[in-house]
Amino acid sequence: MSYIPGQPVTAVVQRIEIHKLRHGDNLILGFSIGGGIDQDPGQNPYSEDKTDKGIYVTRVSEGGPAEVAGLMIGDKIMQVNGWDMTMVTHDQARKRLTKKNEDIVRLLVTRKSLENAVRHSMLQ
Amino acid sequence: MDTESQYSGYSYKSSHSRSSRKPRDRRDRHRSKSRDGSRGDKSVTIQAPGEPLLDNESTRGDDRDDNWGETTTVVTGTSEHSVSHEDLTRITKDVEESAAPDCRRFLGPALSGALGLFAFLTPLAFLLLPQLLWRDQLDPCGTPCEGLYVSLAFKLLVLLIASWALFLRPPRATLPRIFVFRSLLMVLVFLFVASYWLFYGVRVLEPRERDYRGIVEYAASLVDALLFIQYLAIVLLEIRQIQPAFCLKVVRTTDGASKFYNIGHLSIQRAAVWILEHYYSDFPVYNPALLNLPKSILSKKMSGFKVYSLENSTNNSTGQSRAMIAAAARRRDNSHNEYYYEEAEMERRVRKRKARLVVAVEEAFTHIKRLQDEDQKNPREIMDPREAAQAIFASMARAMQKYLRTTRQQPYHSMESILQHLQFCITHDMTPKAFLERYLTPGPTVQYHRENTAGRQWTLVSEEPVTSALREGAVFALRRMDFSLVVTVRRIPFLQVREEFIDPKSHKFVMRLQSETSV
Repeated sequence: MSYIPGQPVTAVVQRIEIHKLRHGDNLILGFSIGGGIDQDPGQNPYSEDKTDKGIYVTRVSEGGPAEVAGLMIGDKIMQVNGWDMTMVTHDQARKRLTKKNEDIVRLLVTRKSLENAVRHSMLQ
Repeated sequence: MDTESQYSGYSYKSSHSRSSRKPRDRRDRHRSKSRDGSRGDKSVTIQAPGEPLLDNESTRGDDRDDNWGETTTVVTGTSEHSVSHEDLTRITKDVEESAAPDCRRFLGPALSGALGLFAFLTPLAFLLLPQLLWRDQLDPCGTPCEGLYVSLAFKLLVLLIASWALFLRPPRATLPRIFVFRSLLMVLVFLFVASYWLFYGVRVLEPRERDYRGIVEYAASLVDALLFIQYLAIVLLEIRQIQPAFCLKVVRTTDGASKFYNIGHLSIQRAAVWILEHYYSDFPVYNPALLNLPKSILSKKMSGFKVYSLENSTNNSTGQSRAMIAAAARRRDNSHNEYYYEEAEMERRVRKRKARLVVAVEEAFTHIKRLQDEDQKNPREIMDPREAAQAIFASMARAMQKYLRTTRQQPYHSMESILQHLQFCITHDMTPKAFLERYLTPGPTVQYHRENTAGRQWTLVSEEPVTSALREGAVFALRRMDFSLVVTVRRIPFLQVREEFIDPKSHKFVMRLQSETSV
């Protein structure tokens, strides 16, 4: 998850497909995000690199669509439906996730344990 | 009692810029030319022959009689008449030091003064000689001449006052080589005046020139020229070195005390004098007793090994010593430990003695107070400062002596000097803390300096000729008998100062964001 300016970012990601739930008039996903290029990255408790301005999952509500789909707290969202999430503002991220005409969002998320698992399996 | 015995006045070769020591200059230039041929380490010593090695006296700390603390109870006249060992050495020092206030020091200024006076009187001579010699043949010269007289008088007055202000100062140092700028100016003045006299002699005195106004104008032009030479002298001698150009690092070799100074464009010898003047007031006094690690710590290293040689044909001393050193290095070295504890112990001791001293002095000072007019005291009880000092000295003498001994300062402060200082403090209503300031911190050397006329001797050691200008990377040393000051020259960096305008309205701030949105 470290970022070298000018180089492509590589990460081990997991595909998570969340089906939005209709709650009254809104479509909700059941988690909260934090971060963005207009936010202060130093206060992010989940990031390893405190200059990382990506979008992180800060809370997953119990029994919600996100938890069902396997999203975990502390995940960094890399893509949403093909749109990049590593260099977006907080508001842009919110908008991409809450489009009214989409029922399903396909996320690519990464977390530290994924990398460890891959490394572990490669060593074996 | 100071360890550096004298400060020899370095007399600048003239206190007047316009004087010439023509014969001396020529001699000096010949001498310096012959010496310039050899490059290499140049060590130029200054005068005062027969300088006895008196510095070594004062480093013997312990075998002198400074038990005055214990034996002083009531100070009567008898204790002042008894002469202790340190008084004796001081007396002999005084006699030898005041012997020759070197006459060479005043030779330069005397010649300068002579030339200055000569140059000053020349215009007047130019004016007076025709009047005296062929007065009747002169053309009458009315108002214009009188106007010229007035201007001449005022210019001469300005010359006089400026010379007095700038050049009539006691010389501060004797330099090893000639001071190039000054001698240049003196030669210039001499040439000027000589050529004016020559012209005057040939064109005015010989044919008995009748145009008096021309003569007066000629004299006025000489005075103008002298004023301009004085301006040149001021710029070269005083103003040029004001703007800082170099940064000098001065390090004392014995204890590493160092300071940085900013200085302008000067020759090495003038810079040396400048540094020494600052040395006397900035550097703490050199105390040889404080320097060494106690022998007990250092000598333990080498003592443990004996070397046996197995071959018969051995004069392998280097091999032996190398083996010893290698063995000693491999052995576990604990001397740093002892050094640390010794230091801590020493500090504790000093602090304890200092506390005792402070308390004793504070208490002593409570015993006297200034006489107010309304107090009625009979005359027997009124004391002058000296008697008051003697009265309270006894109670603090022992604590003072112990403290001075612990901090190895006792060579610098005799009983008499402490009494005098006490008297001084009492006279000026100082508090005990002000009285103690002198003993608690080692002050600059000038504080311990005794007034004597012979001056202090320093040797300037330099690889380059000492009249050359300072330049980046030059190193020279100023040596005294038991220590020296090493000076390194660095150029002050060139500064590029740029401007940036900040609109006061552009100072705006926002809170740092950390929002969390639920989707």
